[in-house]
Amino acid sequence: MSGQNPVVQTYSPREFHRQAHDALGNPQIRANFRKAMDGLMAKRSESFDDWDLETLRELGANIRLRALAKLPDLLERLEANCEANGIKVHWAEDGEQACRIIREICESHDARSVIKGKSMVSEEMHLNAHLEEAGIEALESDLGEYLVQLNQQTPSHIIMPAIHLNTDEISEILHDKTGTERTRDVDYMTAAARAQLRERFMAADVGVSGVNFAVAETGTLCLVENEGNGRMTTTVPPVHVAVTGIEKVVEHLRDVPPLYSLLTRSATGQHVTTYFNMISSPRKDGEHDGPREVHLVLVDSGRSRIYQDDELLDTLRCIRCGACMNHCPVYTRVGGHTYGTTYPGPIGSILSPHLMGLDDTKDLPTASSLCGACGEVCPVKIPIPDLLVRLRRESVGEGRGNVAGAGVKRTRKEAAAWKGFQWLATHPFAWRAGTSVAGKLRALTPGKLGAWTDYRTAPKPAGTTLHALVKRHQANRSEQAGKSHEEERR
Amino acid sequence: MSARNAILKRLRERLDGPLSAPESDFAVVTNRGWSQEERLARFARWIGSVHGEVVHADAARWTETLAKVLADKGVRRLALGKEHPVAAEARDALVDSGVALVDVARDIEQWQREQFESVDAGLTSTRGAIAETGSLWLWPSPDEPRLISLVPPLHIAVLDADTVEDTFFDVVERHGWASGMPTNALLISGPSKTADIEQTLAYGVHGPRELVVIVRHAGESPGVTR
Amino acid sequence: MTAVKLYPPRPDKIYLFGTCLIDLLYPEAGMDAIRLLEREGIEVLFPEDQTCCGQPAYTSGYQQEARAVAAAQLDLFPEPWPIVVPSGSCGGMMRTHYPQLFAGTDREAQAGEVAGRIFELTEFLVHVCHLQLEDRGEPEKVAMHTSCSARREMGLAETGPALLAKLGQVELVEQARAAECCGFGGTFAVRHPEVSAAMVEDKTQAIEATGARRFVTSDCGCMMNIGGRFAKQNKAVEGEHIASYLWRRTS
Repeated sequence: MSGQNPVVQTYSPREFHRQAHDALGNPQIRANFRKAMDGLMAKRSESFDDWDLETLRELGANIRLRALAKLPDLLERLEANCEANGIKVHWAEDGEQACRIIREICESHDARSVIKGKSMVSEEMHLNAHLEEAGIEALESDLGEYLVQLNQQTPSHIIMPAIHLNTDEISEILHDKTGTERTRDVDYMTAAARAQLRERFMAADVGVSGVNFAVAETGTLCLVENEGNGRMTTTVPPVHVAVTGIEKVVEHLRDVPPLYSLLTRSATGQHVTTYFNMISSPRKDGEHDGPREVHLVLVDSGRSRIYQDDELLDTLRCIRCGACMNHCPVYTRVGGHTYGTTYPGPIGSILSPHLMGLDDTKDLPTASSLCGACGEVCPVKIPIPDLLVRLRRESVGEGRGNVAGAGVKRTRKEAAAWKGFQWLATHPFAWRAGTSVAGKLRALTPGKLGAWTDYRTAPKPAGTTLHALVKRHQANRSEQAGKSHEEERR
Repeated sequence: MSARNAILKRLRERLDGPLSAPESDFAVVTNRGWSQEERLARFARWIGSVHGEVVHADAARWTETLAKVLADKGVRRLALGKEHPVAAEARDALVDSGVALVDVARDIEQWQREQFESVDAGLTSTRGAIAETGSLWLWPSPDEPRLISLVPPLHIAVLDADTVEDTFFDVVERHGWASGMPTNALLISGPSKTADIEQTLAYGVHGPRELVVIVRHAGESPGVTR
Repeated sequence: MTAVKLYPPRPDKIYLFGTCLIDLLYPEAGMDAIRLLEREGIEVLFPEDQTCCGQPAYTSGYQQEARAVAAAQLDLFPEPWPIVVPSGSCGGMMRTHYPQLFAGTDREAQAGEVAGRIFELTEFLVHVCHLQLEDRGEPEKVAMHTSCSARREMGLAETGPALLAKLGQVELVEQARAAECCGFGGTFAVRHPEVSAAMVEDKTQAIEATGARRFVTSDCGCMMNIGGRFAKQNKAVEGEHIASYLWRRTS
């Protein structure tokens, strides 16, 4: 079922333009995303109906800021409290090291089979491929992740991994890979997946999950989910490994309820998810279920670098709700795979350059019209448009130079063009002369202006500029004023 | 240097200098001021909206309601604890009911397949509930282990009407969660569900397909006993 | 998103920042803005040395160039009169980003002071002029596209529609997904032409589906984009700057 030689369909941020072209030309993909995003936007908006949303977002941002302000202390406190509770804490500089740590935990238990709850960090570090190489099967148990894995793809959305697939496509995948009947009956397909995965839960040696919030005060790992696969993953196998980015820590337990509220409403428009699972220790003496061992792997992977910079820091506030992608007019049209990164959409465009370098991701910060919809809905008020502009600055070498690959997009030609613009716009006489000439020569304006005119007519300069019209207008007025003044004197 | 120390060092020696931590005002997630009646109504409405079934019962006669639920749902094997009064009263009441009572206070390794394949329902107590979101709160214990509310296709939870509080924040604060968390603390709001197939809701994808909440009312029951 | 703004009483004079797109491509929109303001008895000062707010360079990442261009505009408004901008996009740049652009420089205070006097045209007409209009036009259905900058950066989703509502013969129709971006985004349309095209295609379809044969907007970038798409397809839907529309129907 997991396939002997899984060839995962891959996308690369370097191929953004080609992938966007393909997605835009695929009516099925377009329709799937449009329908899904329209639904999610409506549900989010309804779910905040009774709330003082601005105050709640303020609080959310404030809690995340406070956690980041105290980050090193909180991580130490989290570690100490987890260890005191019996949770073993590991630290990883990067994804590769985190993969190695998890593989070694698996090997120490002679594990052959790992069952996984949803974890974007594990996607980010390509954990499944790493474990497969070591001969350990890693099976996704979130239904969407499971479907995507069966289809040898990567998730196209951080909350709804299989959102690019419709019912018929999913029926076909399940039929092909697991032998179910072809059907449009969602209950049938869901029940089939339940039966298939229950066997795997019972057989799994290790469960690997992500973490939504790690509470420093109590050493508690919080997981948000609807399906119950997260609870299964963290309860049924004898060993549980939770893996998360270092930024997911919060200070107090009381910080959790507002963030949870914001997360579920922003993500799927639910006022609450089915399960909120808070894990503070492995199975204690006398308890009858739950893993005997719980591990927490804290992954840096570029996050401490983002942390250095006051402006970029805001990126780390993210609670991974996906609302920015649900509301993004670009994401809605090109879908998640087009971005070629683990995190697609606006949050991906401000996060991926730090994880992968601007060399690979230089087309992402520009893949936005800066319409501001992402920033408007962000539950922790990340100024995403400003961060996109900041990364554009870094790309063309006019930032602080502290993002890997800074300056990669700077070309002599483009830089010279902007210098030219600067000269003209700071020399008013030349500006007026230039715009006036452009108006006089309007008949000569090219009818084709590259890509613009593939879809639209070319704008034509008006015959006379506003500067000139205002001058004429003012002359007329003073003439009139003079006349009436004379009339008065007569 | 270990990864741990290297990471912490980078965070401590931050390029743009130390950050100042803001204070937080939690007013927006507390002080709802709902009456007991409103709380219960909200709880029932919200959990109902996510497919949870609420059944009201007189506290003195709640096991009759339980028996009725078990009969309605065709439950033949019910998993439950022994010590908690909910489990103890249920055991007493069901002794001649024909429903087989499955003992949950044993290590899961001894009966995993049995639990996964031949238990129709799990019965648990609850510590309380949250009106704002329609959530039950459970702290599983040796007597009522974690999987009882997850593995069987039906979860029956017993809730006392006067333990419903306004918000999650209120529960965390008033019950001092921060001063002693159990191995596992849970909020449960409805049965297991997914929308991963084209946003179509389907229940019971991994956990229970059905959740029945028996709300026990002390004294005169305002609700209807089914 | 923007904090509640306190509006000043109606002034005797204002500055008009005409924007480069209006200057070069749609000067009549600028003139109509002047006519509307003058009809309200307000003297309009038009600093002759104005060029461009610098936003194209700013959003492209060319920070130094943007700052130089912005700096050249800062000195043009010496008196404490409000500065009215017939564009949410340029207005947003000047109100929101000028202070960021000059933060930590010796012009920080000046940038903040200028930013505090920036008003988008429809905002100014509604909240400062409390404009009343007498509609003299034929009955007409019209759609409005509020630019993303006006809507989100400046928090002005309501001012354009509020002005149209004062026109007795005009029926404002709302297109599907009215709040969604038209796909212009300045250099975005050039860097990601296919994505931008898909966005403007959806926008034109939504406007056309309302049955309106005219759309108005307070941003010339959106007008150029949406109108250009309609024209390319030889559709009978025309765009007009809201200043021109208001002036034409009430003069």
